[in-house]
Amino acid sequence: MSSVWTQLEPHLAGVEKPARYIGLELGAQRPAAGQGVVSWLLTYPDTYEIGLPNQGLQILYEILNERDDAAAERAYAPWGDLESVMRAQRIPLFSVDTHRPGHEFDVLAFNLSAELTYTNLLNCVDLAGVPVRAADRRPEHPLVAAGGHCTYNPEPLADFLDLVVLGDGEEVVSEITAVVRDWKASGRTEGSREAVLRELSHVEGVYVPSMYEASYDGAALRAVTPRYADVPERVEKRTIADLAEWPYPRNQLVPLTEVVHDRLNVEVFRGCTRGCRFCQAGMITRPVRERPADQVRTMVADGLRRTGYDEVALTSLSTADFSGIEPTVQAIVDDPVNCGQTSVSLPSLRVDAFTVGIAAQLQKARRTGLTFAPEAGTWRMRQIINKLIREEDLYGAVDSAFSQGWRRVKLYFLTGLPSETDADTMGILDLARNCVDIGRQHTKGVSVKASVGGFVPKPFTPFQWFGQNTADELGRKVSMLRDEARRTKGVQLTWHDPKASLIEGLASRGDRRLGPVIEQVWRRGGTFQEWSEHFRLDLWLEALADHGLDVEWYVYRHRTEAEVLPWDHLSAGLHKDFLWQDWQDALAEVGLPDCRWTPCYDCGACTGYGIEHVVASATPPAGGSQGTGQDLSTGHLPGAVPVTLRPRPVVGASR
Amino acid sequence: MTAVEPAPTRRGGGGAPHGPLPRVRIRFAKHGKVRFTSHRDVARIWERALRRAGVEVAYTEGFSPRPRLSFGLALSTGHESDAEYLDVILRDEPTPSTVEQLPARLAPVLPAGIDVQRAVALPTGAESLQQAVTSCTWHIEVADVTPSDAAAGVARALAATELALSRERKGQTVTDDVRPAIVDLRVLGPVTEVVAPLAPRRSGAGTELEAELATQPRALRPLELVAAIDPAWVVARVTRIHQWTLAGGARREVVDLGPAATPPPHAEVRAS
Repeated sequence: MSSVWTQLEPHLAGVEKPARYIGLELGAQRPAAGQGVVSWLLTYPDTYEIGLPNQGLQILYEILNERDDAAAERAYAPWGDLESVMRAQRIPLFSVDTHRPGHEFDVLAFNLSAELTYTNLLNCVDLAGVPVRAADRRPEHPLVAAGGHCTYNPEPLADFLDLVVLGDGEEVVSEITAVVRDWKASGRTEGSREAVLRELSHVEGVYVPSMYEASYDGAALRAVTPRYADVPERVEKRTIADLAEWPYPRNQLVPLTEVVHDRLNVEVFRGCTRGCRFCQAGMITRPVRERPADQVRTMVADGLRRTGYDEVALTSLSTADFSGIEPTVQAIVDDPVNCGQTSVSLPSLRVDAFTVGIAAQLQKARRTGLTFAPEAGTWRMRQIINKLIREEDLYGAVDSAFSQGWRRVKLYFLTGLPSETDADTMGILDLARNCVDIGRQHTKGVSVKASVGGFVPKPFTPFQWFGQNTADELGRKVSMLRDEARRTKGVQLTWHDPKASLIEGLASRGDRRLGPVIEQVWRRGGTFQEWSEHFRLDLWLEALADHGLDVEWYVYRHRTEAEVLPWDHLSAGLHKDFLWQDWQDALAEVGLPDCRWTPCYDCGACTGYGIEHVVASATPPAGGSQGTGQDLSTGHLPGAVPVTLRPRPVVGASR
Repeated sequence: MTAVEPAPTRRGGGGAPHGPLPRVRIRFAKHGKVRFTSHRDVARIWERALRRAGVEVAYTEGFSPRPRLSFGLALSTGHESDAEYLDVILRDEPTPSTVEQLPARLAPVLPAGIDVQRAVALPTGAESLQQAVTSCTWHIEVADVTPSDAAAGVARALAATELALSRERKGQTVTDDVRPAIVDLRVLGPVTEVVAPLAPRRSGAGTELEAELATQPRALRPLELVAAIDPAWVVARVTRIHQWTLAGGARREVVDLGPAATPPPHAEVRAS
C-alpha cells in the first residue's frame, strides 16, 4: 500500500486551505487493505468543504469499514491550485485517510448530488490515473461507481460509469463487495471485467450501463434494452425498510477545518410524502421511514458527547413532520449534559406558526434568521406544485417569528414553474412585501430576503414531462422581479443564474448522447461548474453544437405521454401512470394530500416493494394547512391564524 | 510593556459572586500533518476538545455565547511548534490536581500532532499571552543553500545597520527596518532532506537557521526574516522552538517544561 504524502507535503504550504488535504478528522479510519479485502475510495466530486459533511458517504464509510472484507477511504476534488501541482508533479488523486493513490483501489465510488458536478467526476477519475471512458478500462483498473439522487438518470454519464446504484446504499454496498471480492480472488484476469460487470448487473439496485443498448428513431429515443437475457430489463431502486436498523453514522466525522453544515447531523426520517411535484427527493425516497424517537435522542446525546459539537441538526426532508417532534427537541434542549450551550437546528422548516414555536424553543439565544420555502407566489401556483401552504400559514409563521425576536426571514421560491403567468411570478414579491409589513408591526430592522431559483424538471417527478423555461424567459422573470424589488423597501432579492439552470436541465433529463458533450467540456477545462465563477456556458454550447445536439430538444420541449424517457428502464417504484395522472392533476390545479395520514393512492413506492411507512403517530401534525385532513379546495383553516391581512395589491397594476 | 489586562470577571452572572474568574495556561506542540491547519482551525479544535474532555470553560454572555479562550501569537499555517499557548477561562476555581491532570484528559480528544505538554494555573492579574511574549525562537530550514552561503547571508544581515522590508499592512505597503527585531540569528548546520517543492536542479539539501525574533511592537515572521536576508532563498520547514517572556529582567519560556519533560506521544507523526 503506497502513499503520495511525501510527494504532496512540500506543495501544501503553497496552496489555499491545505488542511483540506490532510485527513486526521475525528472518526477517520486507516483501514488495512490487503488480499481478500475490497478497497473502496468514496469520492465526493466537489471540494472537501462541500463533500466532507455528506451523510451518504459517511454512512457507507462506516458500514464498509465494519466489514472484514472491505476497506473504505475518502477523497474529494482538489481545488484548481492543487490540481495544477498534482498534474505537474504526476501526483494522482489520493485518499485523505492514508494518502493512497486512487488507482490502487478496487472501486472508485462517487456521490452524485448535483448535475453540475458531472465534469468534476470525469476529472477525478482522470486524476486517479484511470481511463475516463468505461470501455477503455482494463482488469487492473478500479470499477467506477456512482450513487446519490442524480443516478435516477445516469444516462448522460453512461459512457463513464461502470455501475450505478439506485436508492439506499446501506445494504447493497455489502452485496457489491461480495461480487468484487470474488473477482479479486479470481485474479482479475484478461476479459474478466466484462464478466464481473455482468455479475453485478444481477445485484438488485445495481445498474450497469454497458449491459444495455440505447436505440433511437431519429432524434427520439426508442428504447434502452439489456444486451443479455440474464440482465434485468428494469432496474429497481433499493430501499431499507427500517431506519432503526441503521443508526449511522455512529462516528460522524469531525473535520479539523471549516466545512458546510459543520455540526452534528442526525437523520430523523428518510422519505417524504408531502408530494411537492417539483421535488425529486420527495418522490424517489418514498416511503417515509421514521427513526424511533428514543434512538434519535441516543444518537444526539452520544454524538454531542463524542464530537464536542455545540450544535445538532435534526435532518430530513421536513423535520417538523417527525412524530413527536416537540418532546424530542425538548428533551435535547433540557438535557443537563448540554449545559444550555447546545443549539438545535431544523434545516427544513415547514411554513406555519407551530413550526416557528418549535424553533423558538430551540434557538433561545441565537435568533438571527429563519428560512421558509413557500416555493411559489400564488395559491394557484402552489396548488399546481402541490406545496399546499396558504398565505395565512406563511403570514402566521412570519408574524410568530418577528414577534418572538427574529429579525431576518428568508423565503425560497422557484420561478419557471408549469403554467406560471407573470401574475404568479410577481406574487413572490407580494408575499415578501406583506411579510415586511407584518415584521414592521414588531420591529424596525426587518429584513426579508427572497431567493429565487429557476425551476429545473427532474426525472421521476410529475413535472418530468414539462418543458423547462428558456434561459431568456427565466432571465426576463428575474429582471421583472428585480425591478419591482428595487421599489420595495425591506425586500432583498437574490437569484440563481438562469444559464446554470439551463445546463442543470440538460444533464437532468439528457440521454447517452450527452456523454461526448460532458467529456469535451471537461477536456476544455470546464470543471467546478456549480461554482458561478467557474461556470462556462460557452463550453457547453460549443460542445452541443460540435455534436449536433440541440438545447431546445433536450431542455425546452414538452414531452408527450407516449415518449420513451431515458430513465424508463430504471425505477424508483413510482408507477409512470401515477406520475402522469399527477401531472394532469397539476395542470388542473388539483392538490393531492399526504398519504401518511390519508388513504393510499398507490404511487407504487410501497406496494411495489412490499414495504410501508414507518411513522410513530397516525395523527397529522398540528398547525397550518400543511397538516392534512382539511379542505384543500377552499384553503380554509379549522382555526384561523391571528393575523390581520392587508388587502392584496392588484398584481401588474403598476406596469 | 507593563500593561496588565483587566482580570476576567463574571459578567451578568445573576447572583454569582463577583470577582475574577480563574485562568489556566496550556502549553502544547503542533507537529506533522496537523501543521496545515490554520490559527482559526486550531481555535475550533480546542473548543471542541475542551467540551469533549468535559472541562468547564466559562462562556461569553450575549446572543452567541462562545467559550472564553484566548490564544497567543498566531502560528502561520504550515509552521510547526514546540511551544504554543492558550489561556482557558474556567467557571470555577480548579484544584491543583485538576490543573495537573489536564494534559492527560486532553490528550485523547486532540488530533494527532497536537500534544499538550503542561497546564498551569495563572495568578490573578497575570499578563495576557499577547502582552507577555516579547520574542520567539525559530528553527528555519532553507532549501538549496549551503551552510557556508547561509553563514555569509546571516553575517551580512547582522552587520547591516538597517534591513528594509516591505510588508502589507491594512491594505497598504509599509517599508520598515526589521533589523532591530532580530535578537539573535545563527546557522545551526546542514539539513540533508528538506521538505520543499521539488523543482529541477534542486539539491534536496539545505541549511537550518536559528533565529530569535522580537514580537513587539510588531512581530517579525520567519518568512519575512528570510526575505530580508535573501529574497531568493526558499523556506522549507519552520518550527517555533520557544516563546520568551521577561521576568525580572531575565528572559524565560512562558511555561517551562522543566527537566522531567516527556517526549510528545505523537512524535511519530513527523515521519508520516
